[in-house]
Amino acid sequence: MPIALPFTPGLRAFLVLVLALPLLSACGFNAIPTYEEQAKAAWSEVLNQYQRRADLIPNLVETVKAYAAHEREVLQSVVEARAKATQVQVSPEMLTDPDAFRAFQENQAQLTGALSRLLAVVENYPDLKANQNFLALQAQLEGTENRIAVARRDYIEAVRLYNTSLRTFPTILWARFWYTEAEPMQNFTTTEENMNAPRVDFGNGG
Amino acid sequence: MAPAVRRRLAAFVCAWLFALSAFAAAAAAELPALTGRVVDNADLLDAATEARLIEKLAAFEQKSSDQIVVATIKSLDGEPIEPFANRLFRAWGLGQAGEDNGVLLIVALEDRKMRIEVGYGLEGTLTDLHSKLIIENTMVPAFRAGDFAGGISRAVDDIITVLEGNAAELEERARRFEEQGVPFDWGITVFIVIWAVVFFGGMAGAILPPIFGRKIAPNRYRWLGMNFTYGSGGRRRGRSAGGWSSGGRSSGGGGFSGGGGSSGGGGASGGW
Repeated sequence: MPIALPFTPGLRAFLVLVLALPLLSACGFNAIPTYEEQAKAAWSEVLNQYQRRADLIPNLVETVKAYAAHEREVLQSVVEARAKATQVQVSPEMLTDPDAFRAFQENQAQLTGALSRLLAVVENYPDLKANQNFLALQAQLEGTENRIAVARRDYIEAVRLYNTSLRTFPTILWARFWYTEAEPMQNFTTTEENMNAPRVDFGNGG
Repeated sequence: MAPAVRRRLAAFVCAWLFALSAFAAAAAAELPALTGRVVDNADLLDAATEARLIEKLAAFEQKSSDQIVVATIKSLDGEPIEPFANRLFRAWGLGQAGEDNGVLLIVALEDRKMRIEVGYGLEGTLTDLHSKLIIENTMVPAFRAGDFAGGISRAVDDIITVLEGNAAELEERARRFEEQGVPFDWGITVFIVIWAVVFFGGMAGAILPPIFGRKIAPNRYRWLGMNFTYGSGGRRRGRSAGGWSSGGRSSGGGGFSGGGGSSGGGGASGGW
């Protein structure tokens, strides 16, 4: 026997919703929050790697001091740049703030510069270069600089996707009418030279 | 924003995206293909060494699920080895998905550079310092003496030794991989099947009976043993049939492929 299926307005609205939901996601309703979370996660990785670098520096400075104490100026500039760089923290919520982002970027670039000067000075101290502790720190620093580069590339790509989704069809419609507070995130702008890791030469070629 | 400005902006964004995609395509084109565990494009290894390496690496993956791949290329075409190695690692997806336990040993002949790129999951075991020491102490002296095959196979031995060094962690990793060996989520599958039955079944019930069914009364059709009734108020139907089968998971064929792992730039580089 046929069973009666009540077709009330409530049910009709529910059915419309069920039908519309997959269509909504196909139109990019989910794209903006998804890209936003991905960009924030990529930023966390950038912060993580910069923090890892900052954590290595005190040890590095101490090791260099033991062999080259009179290079006070270079050592001091590294310590100061590290202090400044760790002061400016950009949480994922602050990524849309151009000033905070620029301050962060400049401070980290200064630290990169100070570090590469320190590593250039080290070239004059063969004993230090042969020190096992220093070699270990150097390998870690080199690895961290490379991880920073990878994390930055991932962040740049994630932000590119997010910012593009805010400005392209069809997701721009959701940005206009639904995610009205979604703003484009800041991205790294430093030149290629500044992005390069400091050259670390182990003194045996390369 | 004035319409003209907006149009120009749109054109700019379009051009930018196009340029980016063109750049990405051009950059991706130069990556070598993953033809096996040893991709010897620079021809640095003799056949015997290559066969031995492949066997060793396959045996090690069997034991630990860690994927080690050796790649030699002729030239980097001016790109630094670190971003190239990272790109290649991610394109090949070395290591098992979720574990990210891959290692890529890459040698660029003309640039005289080598790198050990370590996946996220092995960074704690095969540290940057280990990688650096393997490069400086094992590979560089052999390469300087012109013994590429010896340098590479001894470096692979060293990598395996380091990865095996923490035996407990090694077994744990292999066990974890076996447990999640069949990534098949029943919850999601059942949900999708139910959803599909409700969604497409409703549509089919509304559309198909008048087309394929037998008309038994005004607005009443009989199709597949079920009566469908259409009317102003709605639709009545009774159904007695059901049952479905879920499709099987397609498994990978022969040959070697990456497990879907990723790398965040761990490892070390060197030159000779």
